[in-house]
Amino acid sequence: MATVASEHETDTVLAARKDARAQGGKVAAAMPYLPASSTPYPPPGVDPAALTWAETVAGGNYTHKVVARGTRLRLEDVTGEACAHVVVYNALEPWERLNVADTVKIPWQAYLTTNHPLLSGDGRVLATIVDDDSRQHDALCGTSTAAANQAKYGDSAPQGPSPSGRELLTLAAAKHGLAPRDLPPSVSFFKGVTVNEDGSLKFTGTAGPGKAVELLAELPLIILIANVPHPVDPSPAYQCGPLRVHAWRTAPTAPGDPRWDATPEARRAYLNTADYLAARGL
Amino acid sequence: MNAVLDPAGYAAGTVLDLAGPLVDGTILRDDIVPARAPWSAVVRRGDVLTIVDVGGNQSGDCLLYNAHDTDERYSVPDTIAWSGNVYVRTGTVLRSNEGNPLATVVANEIDRQDTIGGACGKESNTLRYGHHTAAEHGCRENFLAEAAKYGMGARDIVSNLNWFMNVPIEADGTLGIVDGISGPGKRVAFRAEMDILVLVSNCPQMNNPCNDFNPTPLRMIVTAGPARAADTV
Repeated sequence: MATVASEHETDTVLAARKDARAQGGKVAAAMPYLPASSTPYPPPGVDPAALTWAETVAGGNYTHKVVARGTRLRLEDVTGEACAHVVVYNALEPWERLNVADTVKIPWQAYLTTNHPLLSGDGRVLATIVDDDSRQHDALCGTSTAAANQAKYGDSAPQGPSPSGRELLTLAAAKHGLAPRDLPPSVSFFKGVTVNEDGSLKFTGTAGPGKAVELLAELPLIILIANVPHPVDPSPAYQCGPLRVHAWRTAPTAPGDPRWDATPEARRAYLNTADYLAARGL
Repeated sequence: MNAVLDPAGYAAGTVLDLAGPLVDGTILRDDIVPARAPWSAVVRRGDVLTIVDVGGNQSGDCLLYNAHDTDERYSVPDTIAWSGNVYVRTGTVLRSNEGNPLATVVANEIDRQDTIGGACGKESNTLRYGHHTAAEHGCRENFLAEAAKYGMGARDIVSNLNWFMNVPIEADGTLGIVDGISGPGKRVAFRAEMDILVLVSNCPQMNNPCNDFNPTPLRMIVTAGPARAADTV
């Protein structure tokens, strides 16, 4: 939305006010849609009136929101070039947060896809992956840092051409009163990494445009998302496409849902979560 | 004999081998960490910490912090992404959440060390093994207790290293803690690349093979680095 001074008449307060107000209603390629029901891109099968969050996040940018338990979050990789780096917190006690080690160890599975819980370090489920047609995700490599992006692209600053994930997540976290020490390792969606027998990493990249992954909030959550290139993406260029974010109110995982009883570990994790919420009167 | 080092205090057949430092240099600190206990120390830049698996296959859960700014701390994903490998071996640079080198593994006597298996804890034990294990002390509790000595808390505990623990990843992503590949007296040593605070939990877990179902002591030896001036030792 770059403009130049010659396009504006701002020499007095009244002129400046008129100029500012004339900017409203413009449309950008990446922006939030308010109310969420007004999104140009409602997810298939979802009543737009049920939406609580609708946004397109540019490559190299970030977003964040506090969502209610039972919120279903859909992330869509529009062009096949997005990479969504996600951290989630229990919004009630944010020192309870995503724990990547427990998230891969407790389900006995390193690769994230449908039915995989995102676990906290407190023995509870923060969110569950409930749909996924990408299957190209990563819980091992985290996000990029200032040091990594300066080495790889020459710059890492949020205002520059190649922001790092950690610097963007630091800003997102700060907007919820959270400090750098509150940023644990993140998971990322839409760029795959697998592990060879000798432990070396294999970057398997994107599943292509239009793929989506959906998360179900099992607790009230603070969600932070940075949309930046994967840290082991071999491309020397900073390439990152738009990420579409939609959320709507549904029901959290409950007894009787197949994923509640999918494994003994999952069942006890959902039980712990339900126990916590019941004690809090939620 | 020190009761902690009496083999009769452990499972039948336990062999305890105290070994010694893996590198030359003046010994600055030499501690025995009893089974199930936490430990911490500041290791100065250039100095080397040798960890001895005294009883064999005893997981030493470990976190590192920049001693002057603990907001900067060990990062599993940064270590993995920069090294390009999920296993820790000689030469692996242990990175911070800012991507900076905290320490470098300079010697290692087992095939590979773990950094994906995380820490046990009272709460996570209930998921993994059942609610009957909720009373059992875990590494998360050791980390919290030791971190509290430095004014840190739950916000400062992140995913960690597990010295002497074995966590293979299968081709389909299945992973888990299996029988160890260490033994009595096996060692690992890392050199501090900045002044670091080291927290260790001598893992109390009794529900999986990470301690061979027989928690035993660890020996922690800090050796002065060759670049360190004699008058600062």
